[in-house]
Amino acid sequence: MTSPLALDVQGLRHTYRGTDRPALDGVSLAVAPGERVALLGPNGGGKTTLFRCVTTLLRPDAGAVTVFGFGTTAEPAAVRQRLGVVFQTVALDGVLTVRENLSTHAALSGLSGAEARTRVAEALEAVGLVDRADARVKSLSGGLARRADLARVLLHRPPLLLLDEPTVGLDPTARRELWDALDALRDSGTAQLVATHLLDEAEACDRVTILDRGRVVADGTPDALTSSLGSDALWLDSLDAEALAARLAARGLDARAVGRRVLVVADDPAALLPDLYASDGVAGATVRRPTLDDVFAARTGGISLSPALR
Amino acid sequence: MTSAIAALWLREIRTFVRDRARVAGAVVQPLFIWALLGVGFSAAFRLPGADQSPGYVAFLFPGVIALVVLFTAIFSTISVVEDRQTGVLHAALVAPQPRLALVLGVLSGGVTLAVVQAALVMLLAPLAGLSPTLLGAGAALLACVLTAIALTALGFVMAWRLDTTRGFHAVMNLVLMPLWILSGGFFPIDGAPTVLRWLMLANPVTYGVAAIRLGLGEAAGAPVGLPAALGVLAVFAALLLAWAVQTVRRPLYA
Repeated sequence: MTSPLALDVQGLRHTYRGTDRPALDGVSLAVAPGERVALLGPNGGGKTTLFRCVTTLLRPDAGAVTVFGFGTTAEPAAVRQRLGVVFQTVALDGVLTVRENLSTHAALSGLSGAEARTRVAEALEAVGLVDRADARVKSLSGGLARRADLARVLLHRPPLLLLDEPTVGLDPTARRELWDALDALRDSGTAQLVATHLLDEAEACDRVTILDRGRVVADGTPDALTSSLGSDALWLDSLDAEALAARLAARGLDARAVGRRVLVVADDPAALLPDLYASDGVAGATVRRPTLDDVFAARTGGISLSPALR
Repeated sequence: MTSAIAALWLREIRTFVRDRARVAGAVVQPLFIWALLGVGFSAAFRLPGADQSPGYVAFLFPGVIALVVLFTAIFSTISVVEDRQTGVLHAALVAPQPRLALVLGVLSGGVTLAVVQAALVMLLAPLAGLSPTLLGAGAALLACVLTAIALTALGFVMAWRLDTTRGFHAVMNLVLMPLWILSGGFFPIDGAPTVLRWLMLANPVTYGVAAIRLGLGEAAGAPVGLPAALGVLAVFAALLLAWAVQTVRRPLYA
């Protein structure tokens, strides 16, 4: 018998009451024990709804979610025991100290007495906040508050972490420090599902799942996903990207508009260049190795993760 | 689960005590109302059927204690709305402990805050010309506890359904003011028009005010006896508590 997946999502569907469009439209994905998976997707793609289902806060219309073999609807308590969840906001009381917050949460995790104190000390150690333990959370910088929030979810030693854009609003140093903490946790065997908009964060994951309009549109290792676009990606600058993409598509090319540019996916895009320059409206061209951003743009119908390309 | 309840209780107390504006507002506002209304109305106010008026300052005093309980108890549950905004609520709900711990922790915190403040105001009874017995004061305090349970539970039920603190304030003012004005604390139930009297008899706070009034020995104008008032209060508290426990089992999203 194989050991159960850390997270197994099968055919998940949900439509919020009072809306027509399904927020989740048959989503399946998996996270193996100890694995780190990035969840990429435009806003409204279904990440938040997926997180709500996994965290037992929302009962899906159809489909199943299991965490280490326990179903979220049948055994929510067993699921929560194995789950640590970091939300987009820091879920701590500003007027309380880091230690007071962690003690409260230790009790909510079913810990008490000496064991609770030991776990709080361990969690503070794990995120490097031992010397700020008695500072009020509102006096901490954004990065330190985020790390305190990470300590909150480590108290009951969950084997699976869900992180919803954990580095939003952090400066590069604080981001690096949070990821160092996450790296250390993965090295000690904690599986992680990380929703993110940042490509370098996605590239630091074992696998990437792209969610768009409630469906999984891509799933694989970062390398497999980028090489699925061929060895090179061709970006064309144009005054009217939509029209150019339509003309190229009419000629049988895999071309799509991404903001003011057109992405052409081909095995040997450089060979197309002389011909393309002759077309109307091509102002410039770039050939480079495909990135996850190109994959994202190609699979989500022309949305780019990188603000520079929007 | 007891340690989770205790931790949430302690959290309510700590966040309250560290917010000086809340501490000041909760105690000072009812005292202002007592001083202003008590002095302002004392000349005009006569209890129906009483030759000798007890004085409006004394009449209003139990109502002021009820007002302290009302304000503190209900507004303590605003933490639920705030916690929803900061994500603390979600964090508590995805933590391994059952949701029952969340209700009981939040409610016990609110009840403690309300009763401690009511007890502090009760120490001013001699200023109102009241000299309750120890047993009577105990009964009044018990009435405060039961009223506080009923009202924190009511606040919790409302807070669970609301997304913004602004909405909570609006709804609560809509609920709070009638609850207090129609409690027999502001004007006596005897002599009120029939419709108003029915409303007053359906209001849980009426029995809180009556029990506090009887406990403090300011018997004029209480619609029922002390045991009956405490009994009705206990029933109200149990029903609203059950409603709060039921509410927390509802999914946060649907």
